[in-house]
Amino acid sequence: MSETNEQNTSNSDNADNIDYMTDSRPIAVGENTPGCKKRDPIVVAEDVTRSFGGINAVDVEYLEIPRHKITALIGPNGAGKTTLFNLLTGFDTPNTGKWQFEGSSLAGVSSYKVARMGMVRTFQLTKVMGKLTVMENMRLGAAEQPGERLSKALFKGLWGGREKEITAQANVLLEKFKLDAKKDDYAASLSGGQRKLLEMARSLMVKPKLVMLDEPMAGVNPALTQSLLDHIKNLKAEGMTVLFVEHDMNMVRHIADWVVVMAEGKVVAEGPPGEVMKNPAVIDAYLGAHHDVDLGDAEGIKVLEAELEADEESVVGTEDAGILSEIVETKKEDGQ
Amino acid sequence: MTVRTGCNGAAGTTPTVEVSILRSTLRDPSMRRSKGLQRVVGALFAALITALLIAAPSAQATTPSPSPSPTTFQNNISGFLRDDARAPIPGVKIKATGNGFEGEATSGANGAWSIGVPVQGTYTIELDTSTLPEGIKLADGQDNPRDVTFSQTSNLSVIFAFGKGIVVQQQDFGQNLLNRLVAGLSFGLLLALAAVGLSLIFGTTGLTNFAHGEMVTLGAVLVFMFNAFGLPFWLAILLALVGGGLFGYVQDAGLWRPLRKRGSGLVPMMIVSIGLALAIRYVIQFFFGGATQQLPGAQSSEIQIGPVSISPNNLWSLIISAVVIALIGIVLLKTRLGKATRAVADNPALAAASGIDVDSVIRIVWIVGGVLASLGGILWAYYRPGVTFDMGSQILLLIFAGVTLGGLGTVFGALIGSIVVGIFVELTTVFGLPADLKYVGALFIMIVVLLFRPQGILGRRERVG
Amino acid sequence: MDFGFIFSSALGELFSPTTAAYALAALGLAVHFGYSGLLNFGQAGFMAVGAYGFAISTLSFDAPFFLALIISVLCSVLFAFILGIPTLRLRADYLAIVTIAAAEIVRYVVTTNQLTSVTGSANGLAAFENTFYAMNPFPEGSYMGMNNRDFFIRVVAWGLVIVCCVLVWLLMRSPWGRVLKGIREDENAVRSLGKNVYAYKMQALIIGGVLGALAGMIFTLPRGAVQPSNYGTELTFFLWTCLLLGGMATVLGPVIGAMIFWVVLSLTQSLLYGLIESGVITWLTTVQAGQLRYILVGVALMLLMIFRPQGVFGNKKELAFA
Repeated sequence: MSETNEQNTSNSDNADNIDYMTDSRPIAVGENTPGCKKRDPIVVAEDVTRSFGGINAVDVEYLEIPRHKITALIGPNGAGKTTLFNLLTGFDTPNTGKWQFEGSSLAGVSSYKVARMGMVRTFQLTKVMGKLTVMENMRLGAAEQPGERLSKALFKGLWGGREKEITAQANVLLEKFKLDAKKDDYAASLSGGQRKLLEMARSLMVKPKLVMLDEPMAGVNPALTQSLLDHIKNLKAEGMTVLFVEHDMNMVRHIADWVVVMAEGKVVAEGPPGEVMKNPAVIDAYLGAHHDVDLGDAEGIKVLEAELEADEESVVGTEDAGILSEIVETKKEDGQ
Repeated sequence: MTVRTGCNGAAGTTPTVEVSILRSTLRDPSMRRSKGLQRVVGALFAALITALLIAAPSAQATTPSPSPSPTTFQNNISGFLRDDARAPIPGVKIKATGNGFEGEATSGANGAWSIGVPVQGTYTIELDTSTLPEGIKLADGQDNPRDVTFSQTSNLSVIFAFGKGIVVQQQDFGQNLLNRLVAGLSFGLLLALAAVGLSLIFGTTGLTNFAHGEMVTLGAVLVFMFNAFGLPFWLAILLALVGGGLFGYVQDAGLWRPLRKRGSGLVPMMIVSIGLALAIRYVIQFFFGGATQQLPGAQSSEIQIGPVSISPNNLWSLIISAVVIALIGIVLLKTRLGKATRAVADNPALAAASGIDVDSVIRIVWIVGGVLASLGGILWAYYRPGVTFDMGSQILLLIFAGVTLGGLGTVFGALIGSIVVGIFVELTTVFGLPADLKYVGALFIMIVVLLFRPQGILGRRERVG
Repeated sequence: MDFGFIFSSALGELFSPTTAAYALAALGLAVHFGYSGLLNFGQAGFMAVGAYGFAISTLSFDAPFFLALIISVLCSVLFAFILGIPTLRLRADYLAIVTIAAAEIVRYVVTTNQLTSVTGSANGLAAFENTFYAMNPFPEGSYMGMNNRDFFIRVVAWGLVIVCCVLVWLLMRSPWGRVLKGIREDENAVRSLGKNVYAYKMQALIIGGVLGALAGMIFTLPRGAVQPSNYGTELTFFLWTCLLLGGMATVLGPVIGAMIFWVVLSLTQSLLYGLIESGVITWLTTVQAGQLRYILVGVALMLLMIFRPQGVFGNKKELAFA
């Protein structure tokens, strides 16, 4: 523990000269076992359990999320990924356990305070305000708008200036997410993928330290997935930490620095993507007891394989391809 | 007499409503839904308006109005003399003296008395106890004569409380508690009849139905109407129950099902149910009038069973509702229909996917809900006693309180919640809460329970959003 | 039948103090439901709290007008707190049931004989309006066919409506209003953005409730009397009808809704009375004609909700639910 702290300090000392995109120092301290310590954790959870009617939806003994990294939380349906998200962000209360964000305990802290501390989440079922315009949605995300206090709301002089800053910030983000053309439309008129983008952009208005994305790729038009993945990678470049839930292992290995695998509420494996996907426990969790893993059909895999091979950052086609190539092989055989 | 003509109009139109609904449900299913809904709703309202037009009642609809002051003075001292069974006491002399004035009044047939006085101020009121009927005397602690003072208003109410002679007065606390407990159980069970229906409807459709009170009223009004037609009592009750079920069916088929098909949200449907409640309540008043009517055999004296004294009506009410609720429980737990109902309440989409005809389950729930509400209404008319156009809306909130206490959407929760509410309402008077505040206690306890256990007594925590 | 009289009296309703009171109370409901999604079915309770708060502090404590006004507003704030604390964390329908129950509790409490010396029981209170009319700046005379008292109360009532409308408009275009609208659609999303949803809902409940209390005072001042029977659940449902008529997520909607409501009621009422008295309609008594208005309101409420939930002038795109 003390070692971790030391590392922590040394890291923050020279934080300025580290490029988070190319930082290749080891993430974990020691072995990459489930519940291992990280060199620089941002979230630490201990003994967090939550049961629904006698079934343990979440039962996490120990988990650390590394700072300045993209961590993927994967696992089959019902593994407790979204419940863990809800627990960490204060949207649900665990039966037992303690967990902290940047050193301060979050037990009993309400969800809006968690968000204010810099831990912002999105939802599996996208939550955009359909009856507000895209721009209003963005402005809603902004922090420190004095006009959101009742005492100051009546006087535009007190909040008009900040509103201009917010609007400028929102314009930049909307442009980045290619939603600038839609900014005066009601959000209800957006497509599913655009809503995902809007929700992500809106969460960035809070200027979070940790962005938690619940299935950011679900239901998104394949044409948009690439840009979504780029956005997630850019978050890291800007110094944010990302934790995301994903079903699709191909997406995960494409962008994640670290993968946490959950099954039946427990963390069964963690480590860098290539390593984790060779882990027998993971293969069991995905392909053993549960066949509902969402890797699409053999046809879809082929297409994706081709796409990923063309992408220079992808590991597909290289020797690191790991479990993906195995899965593709099995699927192909099944298909024939 | 006048009411009868009014009811004729209503009876004449019921078939119209039915026919138009049958027609619209039999129509080609591919018809545009909103058109269909418009037609159904249109047909309902057309029927309603026809009902109002055909009716040719010269009904002396007596809206409750303050009793006229017999004097020319602006200020008056008044009150109602009622015994502890709420029956009026006529022919009692009351005298007021003070400010150099002396006035006297005798209570009328409805127990009302009023003495006009020239100026506001303090008066001494004396009730002439020698004019009281036999067996009735002033309750303990009732000062006579007593001094009363006007405060700000031109009317001053003086209340004399009566006990039924020595027997009642000597009734000890434990005895009273036991009696109220049994009465409360009886009241709670009749509330439960309505609450179980409301809860089933909420569970299967998600609708918080504010028109449920009117379904309660309808039961009692129908019995009164059929009885006024000269039908035998048992037939009147049977027809009223059938009428209640029919009303439930018509409501669902004519209004709620089309709205569900259209995908209306729960909040808009709740507001629609408020409009429906308002409309039905005053349609009933339109035909029935504003007066209180009595069902046959409404007045009965109490009988002694072991240590408990209870009126036979309350006893019957207790037995009937207990038996009916037990039947409902058995049906829900043991039969296919009951299981299907619970499945729909649990998860309509899943139930539909596993081959349950959700629509027909909901239809049956509405019919059963209507019958139960009618029965509850008839029993309520005996419990109060009396039939009025707004009797259902008077207990609607208590029904809600019962359902909320037990946990929204849980049938057995509604049963327990209603019994708690019924007993609580009756017991508050034993523990010193004035009788005109007894509903307040029940509503208050509902709010307090929501504070500490929002899911209700039997509700599942996860249900609360 | 004097059509001139019928129309002029209907037009008179357009700017009557009662219409102003309905407009204010419905504006409060717009803040609650239209902008924040709070299902308040107890607005009559807020009005009763306002009216009784004013009357009791004037009569029992001889409070001067403005003190009585402040006491009454504070009472409504307290009432909002009592309602909000148990329910604002729960699902919308719980708030609906609790507010309607609380409004009935208020009505039972002011009706009980135990408190006759304070509340006047079922007869209510009277003669508390003098502190208000003592401030009348208009000398006696005729103002547009009204005496100076009637004119004064209209000026004050509609002045208040205008001020409140402007305030609500300013609030709703501010970032504060934006958060409320966000909560109306999805409170969890707003929570995830770091806003204290509970506090916002409470503030909205209080603001709408204070508007209701002011409406209660405006409602009761020209009558010079306050009676519990006026504050039953029907009053709340009338207010909802006004709100739905005008459009719920607009500032002017409730005002226009209240005007339409009263003009239509007055027109149908006087036309029916006229027809009955002139012998054209023989199958209705005037009493029954009076009951018809309730039936009409109920039917109108249903039809509006089913076929035109955005109100007569509302914009369907801005509708909070569909």
